[in-house]
Amino acid sequence: MKSTMGLLFAYQNDEQMKALTQKRALSSIPFGGRYRIVDFALSNLVNSGITKVGIITRDSYQSLMDHLGSGKEWDLSRKNGGMYLLPPFSQGGSGYVGTGVYRGKMEALLNAANFIRKSDAENVILTSADCIFNMDFRDVVDFHEEKEADITVIYHKAALEQKDNGETGTIYTVGEDGRILDVAINPSPALVKGEVNLGISQIVIGRGLLETLIAECASHNMYSLHRDVLQRRVNDLKIYGYEYDGYCAKIDSVASYFDANMDLLNEDIRKALFYTDRQIFTKIRDESPAIYRDGSNVKNSLVADGCIIEGTVENSVIFRGVRVRKGAVIRNSIVMQDCEIQAGSQLEYAIIDKDVVIRENRKLFGYKMYPMVLAKGSVV
Amino acid sequence: MRTKKRTVAMLLAGGQGSRLGVLTKKVAKPAIPFGGKYRIIDFPLSNCVNSGIDTVGVLTQYMPLDLNAYIGNGQPWDLDRNDGGVSVLPPYSRGANDEWYKGTANAIYQNMHFIERYDPEYVVILSGDHIYKMDYNAMIEYHEEKGASATIAALNVTLEEASRFGILNTNEDNKVYEFEEKPKHPKSTKASMGVYVFTWAKLKKYLEEDEADPTSSNDFGKNIIPNMLNAGEPLYTYEFAGYWKDVGTLQSLWEANMELLLEDSPVKLNDNTWKIYARNPNEPPVYNGPESEIKNSMVCEGSVINGKVEHSVIFYGVHIGEGAVIKDSVILPNSVIGDGAIVEYSIIGQETKVGKGARIGAAEEVAKAFCEPGKMTGYMAVLADEIKIGDGVIVKPGEMLDQDRV
Repeated sequence: MKSTMGLLFAYQNDEQMKALTQKRALSSIPFGGRYRIVDFALSNLVNSGITKVGIITRDSYQSLMDHLGSGKEWDLSRKNGGMYLLPPFSQGGSGYVGTGVYRGKMEALLNAANFIRKSDAENVILTSADCIFNMDFRDVVDFHEEKEADITVIYHKAALEQKDNGETGTIYTVGEDGRILDVAINPSPALVKGEVNLGISQIVIGRGLLETLIAECASHNMYSLHRDVLQRRVNDLKIYGYEYDGYCAKIDSVASYFDANMDLLNEDIRKALFYTDRQIFTKIRDESPAIYRDGSNVKNSLVADGCIIEGTVENSVIFRGVRVRKGAVIRNSIVMQDCEIQAGSQLEYAIIDKDVVIRENRKLFGYKMYPMVLAKGSVV
Repeated sequence: MRTKKRTVAMLLAGGQGSRLGVLTKKVAKPAIPFGGKYRIIDFPLSNCVNSGIDTVGVLTQYMPLDLNAYIGNGQPWDLDRNDGGVSVLPPYSRGANDEWYKGTANAIYQNMHFIERYDPEYVVILSGDHIYKMDYNAMIEYHEEKGASATIAALNVTLEEASRFGILNTNEDNKVYEFEEKPKHPKSTKASMGVYVFTWAKLKKYLEEDEADPTSSNDFGKNIIPNMLNAGEPLYTYEFAGYWKDVGTLQSLWEANMELLLEDSPVKLNDNTWKIYARNPNEPPVYNGPESEIKNSMVCEGSVINGKVEHSVIFYGVHIGEGAVIKDSVILPNSVIGDGAIVEYSIIGQETKVGKGARIGAAEEVAKAFCEPGKMTGYMAVLADEIKIGDGVIVKPGEMLDQDRV
């Protein structure tokens, strides 16, 4: 594999996540009992031998910065390379770019242009922090080089689903040799039946070409990676598609976030994500192992370190340091770190953000398709 | 220029811990796993950091590989410092004089140049054998206040226990006038915890004199402390009243693990004002299967529990099969307990595989009624690291296995 650097977009789909992104970007939403969503994309880069990673943030990135720290947990606190945070900064005359209200990824990349130019990497991986997956990018970069591609996009086979905001994603028509023949952006589900090649916003591109495209887009007031580069240039650039057939969950709504957490209760998915030689790294919290007291009754659930469980937990994901008191019943729910569920209370289809206290004998029920979301620090 | 340090801690971690039997076959005692995710050495190391001591030498000798890898650059304990931090100090060759550490005092003597680099006022001598939380800084302040040459941390034990310890006989103001190693007829119940604060200039003098004496066994308890007393140096005891457990035997190691399960456990591992740090295993949360049942137990991340666990400590990466029953036991990291296996009153070593339907140990009262106790294990069953027990195989209470049984 030729030298490759990573650029990670840390702000995708923030708007769809309701209270979960009130004070943070989607990338730093807690996930799976002890992780944050960004851990997957970042660990994938590191596990693919990439030692220089730029993190492109847009707004509400304090929580993300707190999580990433110096990058040492990902082995990215380094003399050569390592992790670089690239928050928005004012570019003087060029207006909106500095305010961080990026209209599209190409505009966000303009803010990272210096960082990209100063690198000596041959290739750049553009990755989005909104995917739960465990992938070796080396295979894709090899494919990219073998095909002598200008750009390689990664897709997976999935049925088309419409989000609350009407978007359905980017669909590729792939030729026999892997060449992308057509790029459809947000097609109506009525027009597309069955499984499609759905883009997962992971792209390999030559560094020189990326620089040229950033400059071209900037000078023509174009800003969208998908519309202005992939779709517009599908015929004059050699764009190839690489199929990823492992587990991949895109987090773009509260429902998809809930489902992806519940997927972890499936042994095969857990194995694919966590029990490979590619570890998913995260910030360390130094908690003691969980304690289960006499009244505990835990079935088909994940329980992280630092919890004290005295009640009933079923089909749920319990984060670090959660206290489940006697007689409390938690079903089909996600309870984030340091919450306290007091005696006799009941939760069903609920997503409880950090530091929430549910007082005695409270009952909170959401619905499978619309789990109830409780904001960080609430007291019920 | 190197920064002068007020205090340097020296942690004696070279002991084999032979009374821990097969558990120390491949690892030194301070590297023995404890409490679901910790190792014994995490306690003195965390105590150092929490006491504001940032320069620690760890003296290794027996089976150091695991311990070296575990300590690494000291980052988990915040001991990766520009100046100071943690240094692993194995015995080394000096031209014609290759020697192992002859005794605890000799180990420090051989590393005097390490201490001198920091030009400290005080040296704290620690061992990697005990589970306790202690503020060494408070002890140093006491040492300063008393104008002592050496201060020895002392624990009040019962008169019966006193014969197993080094006993300090003191005046009312805690000034030591006599030190007796394991006395048959103890005069006091102040037991030495093996935690010493020395004024470095004094310790250096006595280490050099001790080294020059060919008849000395180069030991702190046997030589350095008595020599200092005989020379009239002011020695004081520092009373420690908290939880302190020597985990030198299989029984006490088991007990210390079980004490973590008490509702008002004396060892508060999650106390934010005095955290115990460990190298983190980085594993996903515990998965509790649809048929799992866990009562009164501690289970670390990375484990998968499909069976029944009662009054036990389960370390990271352990896999417990369907229908398996674990009771009154300690299962060390990454072990696998097969479907339907029954493990009672046992310690299972790291990465050991217990086959389906196997039976390890028996409940303590049953074992006492029907079995002979093992020399080291008592009525417990103990399996070494990295061994295999076949399907349906029985390991009796009192047995200590260090090879496969299929």
